[in-house]
Amino acid sequence: MKEIIWLGRGGQGAFTAAKLLGAAYTAEGGGKYALAFPSFGPERRGAPVRAFTKLDTKPVVDRSQTEKADYIVILDDTLYSPQLRGLLKSGGSILVNSKADIEGAVVFDAEKIASEFRLPTANTIMLGLLAGISGIITTEDAEDAVRGYMPEKIQERNINAILKAAGEAIR
Amino acid sequence: MKKFLSGNEAFAEGIRLARPQVISAYPITPQTIVVERLSEMVEDGSLKAEYVHVESEHSAMSCAIGASAAGARAFTATSSQGLLYMAECLYYAAGGRFPIVMMNADRSTALPWNIYGDQRDSLSQLDSGWIQAYAENAQEALDLALMSYRIAEDKRVSTPYMANLDGFILTHTYETVDIPDSEQADRFLPPYETDNRIDFENPKNMAFSAGPDTNSIFKYKEHKGILAAKEVISETEKDFAEIFGREYTGLIENYRTDDAEYVIVTLGSIAGLCRETADRLRESGVKAGVVRIRYMRPFPNEEIAEVLSNVKSYAVLEKDISFGNEGAVFTNVNSALKKAGVSVKGYNYIGGLGGQNISASDIEKIYSDIVNGTDDVNFIGIGDEENGK
Repeated sequence: MKEIIWLGRGGQGAFTAAKLLGAAYTAEGGGKYALAFPSFGPERRGAPVRAFTKLDTKPVVDRSQTEKADYIVILDDTLYSPQLRGLLKSGGSILVNSKADIEGAVVFDAEKIASEFRLPTANTIMLGLLAGISGIITTEDAEDAVRGYMPEKIQERNINAILKAAGEAIR
Repeated sequence: MKKFLSGNEAFAEGIRLARPQVISAYPITPQTIVVERLSEMVEDGSLKAEYVHVESEHSAMSCAIGASAAGARAFTATSSQGLLYMAECLYYAAGGRFPIVMMNADRSTALPWNIYGDQRDSLSQLDSGWIQAYAENAQEALDLALMSYRIAEDKRVSTPYMANLDGFILTHTYETVDIPDSEQADRFLPPYETDNRIDFENPKNMAFSAGPDTNSIFKYKEHKGILAAKEVISETEKDFAEIFGREYTGLIENYRTDDAEYVIVTLGSIAGLCRETADRLRESGVKAGVVRIRYMRPFPNEEIAEVLSNVKSYAVLEKDISFGNEGAVFTNVNSALKKAGVSVKGYNYIGGLGGQNISASDIEKIYSDIVNGTDDVNFIGIGDEENGK
């Protein structure tokens, strides 16, 4: 099973990204299963939010919070702390939306792509980065998920941002 | 059609397919999404129903009773304090034999105030006369929504039906759900027809009082009605499997129990983690099994006695405590064994209260405890000192 923890602040779309990843992974159907859930509770803009995606080739029946993740994706670099490494499986990695280097984490300037595509949040860009780095989902699957679960008028911009981020990750 | 949906959304899809004619709703976390989705469906015309936004849960159930008394298929949903607030009306619905369906998002009850999941709300209403089902995942939630009306409205049953979804862990978790098409659903579930309704051509007394001389017969019939649901659930699941291709196992679902020595009996969304843990323990030689209770009412007395008759010990894991005694599920399970003359040692585990996370290591500890013996009633996540040891 692959487990991904998403960290963001309320309004940055961490749970949307968690959900899109699950929808993308299961887009083809056929032997692929996913669960996506937020850290439960009242939602407040600006408050730290966690979300979880679990992906497997058999039905995911463990609904408990992820204790060891393959990837931790952080939408806001003020939420990074070195202690997060304790939540990683060995060989796991942390992806951070940041302009500055962070030791022990992969940093990616998602804001730059966000402004290029006039997106208010970095969530789908970090999803594209995750797709490019991990290969867990293809960008075609991510595109299907955006078309299935995001409002129509923002689909194209998000898809283009995902493609760009995935392309830069692979490069 | 397959979609990536939350438990609440899946349940709403099931209700859309069941075509209720009246929906009364008062939103409460974590139930809100189900009534929101239904209101959107009514708005966009994909569901033709009278949607009544009432001022309280007491009124939500009263409205559903009125609709049902007029011969309509009625739906409402609630959770926690909302369920407790409407409790008076639950008994009216059951005693009046109105086959209303309600989704309850299982949530903790105050104080301390808490919006997260546990099963203390619905289990406190076991005596209200409602059928009580507990879903494990979003697909089962949708399927229960469809099956619920077939079961509740069957003339042998005529009993309201409460479908319970663990708050957040099930209501707010997204997964792939197969949504049947409406032709299939219509084939499975015919429109509601009843004589138990207000009819100007054939006037009758309804919702009357019954004194000491006749009261027992009404209560006896109410009891017989809910007991009859056992058979109707089994028939309904058979038809459901034929039409939709998904099979369910009646009042309980057994996992690796054939040769099991140590079994966890539980209900709701935690069952999956129990099964996974049982698999892992079997690799190290522990003969572990799991029983998931799908229906608390009617209660699976015979089924539980049979499956536990040859185990060495069992644990009942529930998100409930009846203060001053033990968890209500434990009481019910023990009673089933006693009636059948089965003498096996059982232990009670109270966990997940107020949304507490239950981890794989918690489940492993339950199995190791019941192999070695422990206290009768144990709270997960409370240190030994607080536990009185």
